[in-house]
Amino acid sequence: MKKIEAIIREEKLDAVRSALESLSYMGMTISEVNGRGKEGALVLQWRVGDYKVHFQPKLKIEVVILDEDVPEVLRAIVDNARTGEKGDGKVFVLPVENAVRVRTGDDGEDAI
Amino acid sequence: MNFDSGDVSWLLVSSALVMLMVPGVALFYGGLVRRKNVVSTMMMSFAPLGAIGLLWVLYGYSLSFGSDQAGFIGGLDFVALNHVGQSSSLVYATTVPHLAFMVFQAMFAVITVALISGAVIGRVKFSAFMLFSVLWFTIVYCPVAHWVWGDGGWLSRLGVLDFAGGAVVHINSGMSALALAMLLGPRKGFPDEAMEPSNVPIVLLGAGLLWFGWFGFNGGSALTSGGLASNAFVATNISAAAATLTWMLISWVHRRPTLIGAATGAVAGLVAVTPAAGFVSPIMGIPIGAVAALVCYYCMSLRMRRRIDESLDVWAVHGMGGIWGALATGIFANVAVNDTGISGAIYGNTAQVARQIVGILAVGGYSFGVTRLLGTFIERTIGLRVRQDEETVGLDISQHGERAHGGIVT
Repeated sequence: MKKIEAIIREEKLDAVRSALESLSYMGMTISEVNGRGKEGALVLQWRVGDYKVHFQPKLKIEVVILDEDVPEVLRAIVDNARTGEKGDGKVFVLPVENAVRVRTGDDGEDAI
Repeated sequence: MNFDSGDVSWLLVSSALVMLMVPGVALFYGGLVRRKNVVSTMMMSFAPLGAIGLLWVLYGYSLSFGSDQAGFIGGLDFVALNHVGQSSSLVYATTVPHLAFMVFQAMFAVITVALISGAVIGRVKFSAFMLFSVLWFTIVYCPVAHWVWGDGGWLSRLGVLDFAGGAVVHINSGMSALALAMLLGPRKGFPDEAMEPSNVPIVLLGAGLLWFGWFGFNGGSALTSGGLASNAFVATNISAAAATLTWMLISWVHRRPTLIGAATGAVAGLVAVTPAAGFVSPIMGIPIGAVAALVCYYCMSLRMRRRIDESLDVWAVHGMGGIWGALATGIFANVAVNDTGISGAIYGNTAQVARQIVGILAVGGYSFGVTRLLGTFIERTIGLRVRQDEETVGLDISQHGERAHGGIVT
């Protein structure tokens, strides 16, 4: 099992979610995060003039998948989250030791 | 006793409207500061309702409106509301009970102190701000209110026009705010770190309550419920509208029309029309409000360029907006609007502008100078500023042991 942590643009959530659904991954966790890559600061307006926010708001999607699905899932996320501009985000793949479904107690790959 | 029931009702309702401006200021300021200082900022706006609310009835009303002492201050005849009862005052607002006039004026004292707090948010010790509030109220607010509004006050005798507190409330709080901010120094990280507003919708709620309450502030200052109150009410709305639109357009030219810009514009327009509302034709609210937005915007920008952390621009909006309003009153006043007033420069009486300038210099100079002395005194006794670690963690935790928004789920 692998855990995918995808940091994406907020506006790309719907596209990425549908792509994951079409690969039969319904379960996922999303959180609002702030971070930065190469895109630089976000410029917002004060009552006069501007100020810079060093961390841009992004969404993080966490989804645990089967090992053999990794290439397909990565492609789905990257294709649907990309605009080609700086700030499109990053995807991390992490090994997962085990998983347990709370309702049934099933564990391992049966739990995801 | 033959009271005018319309006057009594309107003045009591107006007092309640002005009271509502105090939580309005708290929300306006609270939304503008970083989230670790929301509670502390709102507390400094709200606490004067307690402290100043009491001091006003104990001695403040008397020092402001008691029998004149050489044009400078009121006597002690009204201490603890002695001789202030259900019958009317012999001098002020003679169609309503003296108590109603007293409580209306109480709200002005409270909100003036609350306004100053915008200068010092995020770094002042709460105890120091409370001590400052008590001293400033006693030594600055009460005398200045007497000069301008007290029967026999020297600025009043000179013919300085201040309908609802452009000098007493706004120039006074604005110049004091600047003096106090300069003594206290900037917040850690100013101006390089982003000081992001914690909650823009809350800023708008605060500005909305201010606008609403200002109908009582200016409309109530007619002290009657007829044509003059209506004149002030309408002038107030026109000026606020003109300034809201103007600030929004300036912000749009800069980049995008911002909500906190529009909200700030509204406050600037309300401030500037305050001294004028009952002396000018309502339509003059248009130039008063539009110029107020330009003046306040430019002063805010100047303040930033000079790297002075007068954090929420009490000086730029209330001080300079109030100064513009005082001048505008000298320019646009029309005796046909209010026969207790004087006509201004556009009706040929340029001397009124000179009188208004005397008022500006006297009130602005006194409040700036005395605030500097009071601030220095507090700095040398209990200290003005929190420790650096207390500032970093935020004043909500370090001064009040609270936070604005609670934990997760439970």
